[in-house]
Formats: sequence, structure tokens, C-alpha cells
Amino acid sequence: MAKKEIDGEGLDIPNRIKALPVRRTGPIVAAVIVALFAAMLIQGLVTNERLDWPTVWKYLFNENVLNGVRYTLELTVISMVVAIILSVILAVMRKSINPVLRGVSWFFIWFFRGTPVYTQLVFWGLFSVLVPKLSLGIPFTDVSFWSIDSSVVVTAFNAAWIGLALNEAAYLSEIVRAGLEAVDSGQTEAAEALGMGRTLIMRRIILPQAMRIIIPPTGNETIGMLKSTSLVLAVPFTYELQFATNAIANRLYKPIPLLLVACIWYLFITSVMMVLQARLEKHFGKGFDARPVGTKGKQPPYDPPYPGRSDGEQRDDVAKLNQATFTGLNA
Amino acid sequence: MADTTTPAIRAIGVHKAFGSLHVLKGVDLTVMPGTVTVILGPSGSGKSTFLRLINQLETLTGGEIDVNGEMIGYKTVERRGKQVLQTLNDKEVAAQRAKLGMVFQRFNLFPHMTALENVMEAPVHVKHMNKHEARELAAMELNRVGLGERLDYYPAQLSGGQQQRVAIARALAMKPEIMLFDEPTSALDPELVGEVLNVMRSLAKEGMTMVCVTHEIGFAREVADQVVFMDGGVVVEKGGPEIIANPTEPRFKDFLQHVL
Repeated sequence: MAKKEIDGEGLDIPNRIKALPVRRTGPIVAAVIVALFAAMLIQGLVTNERLDWPTVWKYLFNENVLNGVRYTLELTVISMVVAIILSVILAVMRKSINPVLRGVSWFFIWFFRGTPVYTQLVFWGLFSVLVPKLSLGIPFTDVSFWSIDSSVVVTAFNAAWIGLALNEAAYLSEIVRAGLEAVDSGQTEAAEALGMGRTLIMRRIILPQAMRIIIPPTGNETIGMLKSTSLVLAVPFTYELQFATNAIANRLYKPIPLLLVACIWYLFITSVMMVLQARLEKHFGKGFDARPVGTKGKQPPYDPPYPGRSDGEQRDDVAKLNQATFTGLNA
Repeated sequence: MADTTTPAIRAIGVHKAFGSLHVLKGVDLTVMPGTVTVILGPSGSGKSTFLRLINQLETLTGGEIDVNGEMIGYKTVERRGKQVLQTLNDKEVAAQRAKLGMVFQRFNLFPHMTALENVMEAPVHVKHMNKHEARELAAMELNRVGLGERLDYYPAQLSGGQQQRVAIARALAMKPEIMLFDEPTSALDPELVGEVLNVMRSLAKEGMTMVCVTHEIGFAREVADQVVFMDGGVVVEKGGPEIIANPTEPRFKDFLQHVL
């Protein structure tokens, strides 16, 4: 809806109406007031010396800050990717015909949604203390084929993304489930009637349609995750953006400018994410927003009509009108 | 060609209940290959349920349905010297469904795919046909229903009649031996009904075995080899298309008076 189109442009409409728009004073007054406030706000931000913009610019591209941005991005991307994969598995399990799978999924969501992510992160940080060795063997016996120290596998960075991902998966799986359930059951029936199996139907028919519904809240969650990464302090993992800027602030005794540095970066990353989200929505919206001109919102009537509108003679006429198109069938 | 002595569909004493609701109360019906059977009846008479049973979208509660002489949904196996029924697994069900094409009242096209992709979907992913061949097949089937110009349209860009014709092409692309139509024109604007009936008429002329649940009495009179009137979960009257003009059962008479 980027450019404004004139209805019936180029058509010959002799009595085309040319009228002045309605006079509205309210919007103009409101716009002036809002613009005034905005100008005051900007002036305040620029001229307030306590915000210390020179320090902001000085540290915006500081090495430690950039490093923090990198780790924050890495944590966000890795934990979201893992969470999305896990959440789809959980949501599909939740709808499974197997009660054990349903139960496991339910328990996972109950536990990871029901405890604070901060606490979970502390536990993942302590993992190598709680479980010193990871080994592969026969359960409930001493037989072990292979083992490794937990501290090698569950490093601070790994603990951070595992903790974030498991917690996020619990939330996301409910979003995914809502998306799956929103797809009309007729879709499954049509696919079954074509001989498609359950997995194929899920992958080719249901999930692509559910994506449309899943993406906007997942975008929300991703932006939430970006900021949740600051909680990995609990592991403790101390290289992400919030901690990095805070460390500098403590050294300089200047908390405000460094908070602004963090804000600018978070806002920048969020903006990039919003652009990506818009693209994804466009991709998965194909076929849904497509409507021919003039039928916007028109749906076929679903109520069965009163039986017996059929009139033999008339139908034959329609048949003849269309006959040419169907000659291929009779040949 | 299928041999002409084995019925395409044979239903014996079919019962179906949803919870405590007894929908079908012993339906017997035989459909011979190459014939068109039209099932008429008021809403709630169980005619759609019967059609859905044939395609295993519902499970039988009692009785038996054979397609081309093969029992659907179950197989007989021997357990401890006794013959018992066992439910078929997904693969076996899919194999039985492959013989049947189904067209729904609400089209159920895949909205995220174009007309061409809708028709290609099952040949590519179920029959593992290569994409190039499937594209040609799909284009041919769409051409056959008069939509050769609309290959790249999404369902939302098509009229109801066009959508239903895509749905018919989609079913035909799987080369079914029998086509099931569940009120294919009931969701259409009156002026679009004709184009869909036309395709069905042509299919019938080609010798396709068809079972149609419909309210189009004119279509039944013209195309049907067998007309079945269902009410209250049983077959009340069946015969050739001439029974529409001369119904014997009072309930059928009454129904026809309301619809004609």
C-alpha cells in the first residue's frame, strides 16, 4: 500500500466527482502540539551535559563494547535457533498420539516455564560441579564406553546458551502449538485424501501455514531474548554487551553515557531484526495477502444453500457456454 | 481396465456412531466400475459421513466397505488359530486411499501454494515423480478443467468455481480409479455451479467411477446411473435416475417436493 492509487484512473467517468477534502482542525492542532513536545525532548537530549555525549561517542566503538555486541548477538542467535528447533519438536510431541511423548513435552514446558530463567542459568553454571563427568554407557551399570569432564563441554558460554535456549523453547513451543492448531482441519483431510503421511502433512502443509501465525510473536521473543542475554551474568558469563558497558562505566564512574551506549546498540540490533522479521512475514504470507483486484476480503459462502436450486434446463445452458473449455476431456 | 464384475465399492451393513450419536444405521450399497452414483438426502442424513468412511477420513463402527474387492481399513489376520481383524497401518491406509480421489465442499486447497503447486504436491511427494514431469502433468490436469491460464494463481485469487476445479484437478493428478465428491457445489455462488458440474459431467463421460453427494437434482437426473436417497442414516430408496420422476417412498417424494 505504498502509493496512493486513484480509483478508476484512466477510465471514462463523465461525472467524476472533484471535491475538497473535509476540513479538520483537530489533527493540525494535535500535530503542532506533538511536534513541539518532540522538539523539546530532542533539545533536552542534545543539550543536557549530564548525558555526556562525547563519552558516548568515544565508547560506542570501543573494543570491549564491540566484543560485547558480538557475544550478545552470538548468544541470541544460537539460543534462538536451538529454541526454535526444540520448540517445534515439543509442540509436535504435545500433539502426538503417544501419551509418553505428550507427557514429556508437558513436563518440559511445566518445568522450564515455571522456574526463573536466572535460577536456571545459575544451575547451568554449576553443572560441572553437580555432574562432574559425562559418560556414554549402559544405564544403571558401571559399564562406560566413553566419558568426558563436564567442565570441558559445559563452558560458561555453552552453559549460557543452553540455559537460555531451554527456557525459551518452553515459551516458544506454546506459540508453535497455537500456530499449528490455527490451521484448518480441512487441510489435513485434503492432504490425507491425497495419500500424504502424517510427517509429510506436518512438514509440507501445516507448518508452512502455521509459520504465518508463529512469526510475529517469535519476533517478539527474539527481541526479548536479545535483552535476556544480559542475565547470563548468573552463569557467570561476562563478555556480553550489558556487562561490558557496565564494567567500563564502573571504571570511569560514568554510568549514564555507557548505558546510552548499550541502548544505542540494542536499538540498532532490534531495528535490524525488525527488517528481517518483515521479510520473513512476507515470505510466509504468500498466497494469503494475494487477492485479485476488487475482491478484497471476499470469501466463498460456506453455508450450504437451500437444496434444490438446481434447474435442469438452466444448467444445460451454462454447460454449453463452457463446453469449449472442456473439449480436452471428451477427446 | 478394471474388470466389470467386481464392484468398485461395496458397502455391507455399514454403521457409524460418533459417541452416542448413531449416524449410519446399516447402509448397503454397491457401485459398479464406470458408473456414477448420486447420493441425495436432507442434511444430517449421514450421506457425507458415508463418503468420508469410504476414504477412511472416519473409522467404521460396524459393517464392511470393500473397494475393488479389497476390505478397507482392516485386514484379516490369524491369532491363536482364530481369524481376527487388525487395523491397517498408515502406509497401508495411504495405499488404499491412492485409488480414491476426493473433492470437498470447502475445496481445501493449500492456500500457500499456487494452483500448479497444489496439483503437483501429491505426485511429487507421495508418488516421488520428478518435478519436471509433475509440472507437466499438473499443467495438463489444470488445462483439462479449463484453468490452463491460471497456473500461477494462488487459491485466494481464484473464484470459488475455479478453486473447486483446481481441487478436482488435484485429485485427478493422482490417477484415482474412483472419485468421491462431497457436496462439491454447495459452497459456490449459483452462477459458478455450472462450471464445476461441467467438469464432473465430462469426467463421467470419460467413464470415471464416481460417487457424488449433491443437492443438484438436475445433475443427478442427467448423469447418474444410480440414484440413492438416504434419510436418518439408512438408504430409503435407490434405483436408476428415473426414480427422481417416480419416487415410491413417501419420504423421498416429500424431499423432492421441497427441492424441485
